[in-house]
Amino acid sequence: MTYLGLPGAPRGVGHLRGDQPFPLAAREALKDGQLRENLRNATTTIRAKRAAVVAEVPDWMELRASGAAIKDHALANLDTYLLELERNVVERGGTVHWARDANEANDIVVQLVKATGAIEVVKVKSITTQEIGLNEALARAGVVATETDLAELIVQLGHDWPSHILVPAIHRNRREIRDIFLREMPGVDPTLSDDPPALAEAARRYLRSKFLSAHVAICGANFAVAETGTLCVVESEGNGRMCLTLPRTLITVMGIEKLLPCWQDLEVFLQLLPRSATGERMNPYTSMWTGAVEGQAFHLVLLDNGRTATLADPYGRAALRCIRCSACLNVCPVYERVGGHAYGSVYPGPIGAVLSPQLTGIGDNASLPFASTLCGACFDACPVAIDIPSMLVHLRGLAVEERHEKSRLPTPEWALMSVLAKTMDRPGRWNVALKFVRLGRLLPRRAGALTSIPGPISKWARYRDLPRMPSRSFRSARQRDERRGQ
Amino acid sequence: MRVGLFTTCLVDTTFPQVGDSVIRVLRGLDVDVEVPRSQTCCGQMHINSGYRSMALPLIRNQVRSFAGYDVVVAPSASCVGSVRHQYGDIARSSGDDSLVNEVAELASRTYELSEFLVDVLGVTNVGAYFPHRVTYHPTCHSLRLLRVGDRPLQLLREVEAIELVELTNAASCCGFGGTFSVKNADVSGAMLEDKLTCVRQSGADVLTAADSSCLMQMGGGLSRARDVARTLHLAEILASRR
Repeated sequence: MTYLGLPGAPRGVGHLRGDQPFPLAAREALKDGQLRENLRNATTTIRAKRAAVVAEVPDWMELRASGAAIKDHALANLDTYLLELERNVVERGGTVHWARDANEANDIVVQLVKATGAIEVVKVKSITTQEIGLNEALARAGVVATETDLAELIVQLGHDWPSHILVPAIHRNRREIRDIFLREMPGVDPTLSDDPPALAEAARRYLRSKFLSAHVAICGANFAVAETGTLCVVESEGNGRMCLTLPRTLITVMGIEKLLPCWQDLEVFLQLLPRSATGERMNPYTSMWTGAVEGQAFHLVLLDNGRTATLADPYGRAALRCIRCSACLNVCPVYERVGGHAYGSVYPGPIGAVLSPQLTGIGDNASLPFASTLCGACFDACPVAIDIPSMLVHLRGLAVEERHEKSRLPTPEWALMSVLAKTMDRPGRWNVALKFVRLGRLLPRRAGALTSIPGPISKWARYRDLPRMPSRSFRSARQRDERRGQ
Repeated sequence: MRVGLFTTCLVDTTFPQVGDSVIRVLRGLDVDVEVPRSQTCCGQMHINSGYRSMALPLIRNQVRSFAGYDVVVAPSASCVGSVRHQYGDIARSSGDDSLVNEVAELASRTYELSEFLVDVLGVTNVGAYFPHRVTYHPTCHSLRLLRVGDRPLQLLREVEAIELVELTNAASCCGFGGTFSVKNADVSGAMLEDKLTCVRQSGADVLTAADSSCLMQMGGGLSRARDVARTLHLAEILASRR
């Protein structure tokens, strides 16, 4: 692997690592019946909408191939295009900052906010800033950040974490949202109902005052066009538009992989993204801006935080094509059962399982590549054709190899796999081993006794009986038949 | 045409009746199938569990075992998927150029059972008789890795006296996923539960699929729930006679 000189996302800052391995976190999440019901309802609805609007585009597969090709080209020439973007942003009155990692990015933004004298900021398109833990960094500097995307606001008021890239409050239903608003939203109508328009109106009133009073806005970006220096944010609510236009200072924190070479490339992505994300032909609001506009200072913070390290892996780098549409989350049978929190990272679901371990280094997220049945639904849904299943398998290899290199003693799994491989490597040994399959008949097939045996058998027996083992393996039976001249 | 049966290790150890069924179906179509004795396991379990270097000798053994056969047939979409979609990468990263060519060549003549019957032999009616109510679960690797489409259903529709009933959410995963079923047993169990709910709603007596591995998961779940429905591999239904 080529080492390109930049480290992964540092520990101790941001939200790319969970407190516990995926299987344990998932086990907790599965106990929450309400969560499972909310997720099932939400993902089923979005899946159907997406499928319908994707099916009506006759050249969807060609668009998808174009999306992948444009991103691959941009990633292979990041050095050129990033400098071109910087040149164009600066030429149009903006300031560009380069952040190697989460700490540098947080320091830059905190300094910029402090320099304005502001003590509150409004935010939109916040996932990259959540990746780096910006809100906590601002809070430490005495700055209050208010999320203005409705779902992000629900999450923030609920002292909670986003569980979906696009629908951060997907794990909440409207009754839970009403309860959060009643508990946490200053000045809210105490008779607030859980009717969606009423909830939206309450959020609107609350946010309007924030938009009008905040002097600084912080946002992410969906795309940046190197050729023109243009930033692009797509959204559904218009709150982003308010954020981007009202405050006197605008700070955009953007991962370096968001880059597109030319203006015309937007043609492809503005078709792929809304159809894959919200299942809409076009998103309601598309905001684009180039450099600083009159009356507003503009700062662009370009964030690496493990992206260059990801780019160095030829089998893993395609994860950087991701346009954060969440189609893979919505079709993932694992995500649908456990939700986003179990992944421990702001990037959950299939894309998170390949992106988070690459940004942090495999050792810090070693359980995530195994959080998949490799069913392939994510690859089919991905608008930029990221082969997530193959990438998961690749990362599993890295996880196993790193663990083996670090510890002197092989894990029980390593030992078992090694014995199996050595047995299967030699047909003679395999033939002998197969003579013992009938011993499997001695095992009880039902729960009870089995669940007390440590290791894989008890885990299997938690939910299923063992198959009835045959008295002879296929080949032993054939050999016997051949001897008998059948 | 020299046809080799790629038995798969799971069928060899646990579901020998599936191997017998494939042989009966093919013999019924005058295809004489051989079973190379040197085959063991394709290595998918090692590859998917992260033990790539251990899988390499297994891949070489697979190549050696099936050299000289015009066609390789397996009663598993998942194992065929490994040969077609994983061998190339592992061979390339081993740096062995001749292995890269050998696995590409092996992949080009390796078929899942329904692909072999429908595409190579051009047969959909294999002369089977199976008077039961059956529902078909398209396994993930048959559906999204091999893209076998409705080939298994084409074969099932021609079975005499069969009653095929629809499975809702058929394309969603049963939760097996190889070692996922034990590493993430609880998520796997939750997925299984939802799949079995759909199986029960279908009213089928028999649940069939192209992979014994997924059937082991679903069959184990049905057995645990003491459900009346049972699982049978596609080959077993196709081998049933009056």
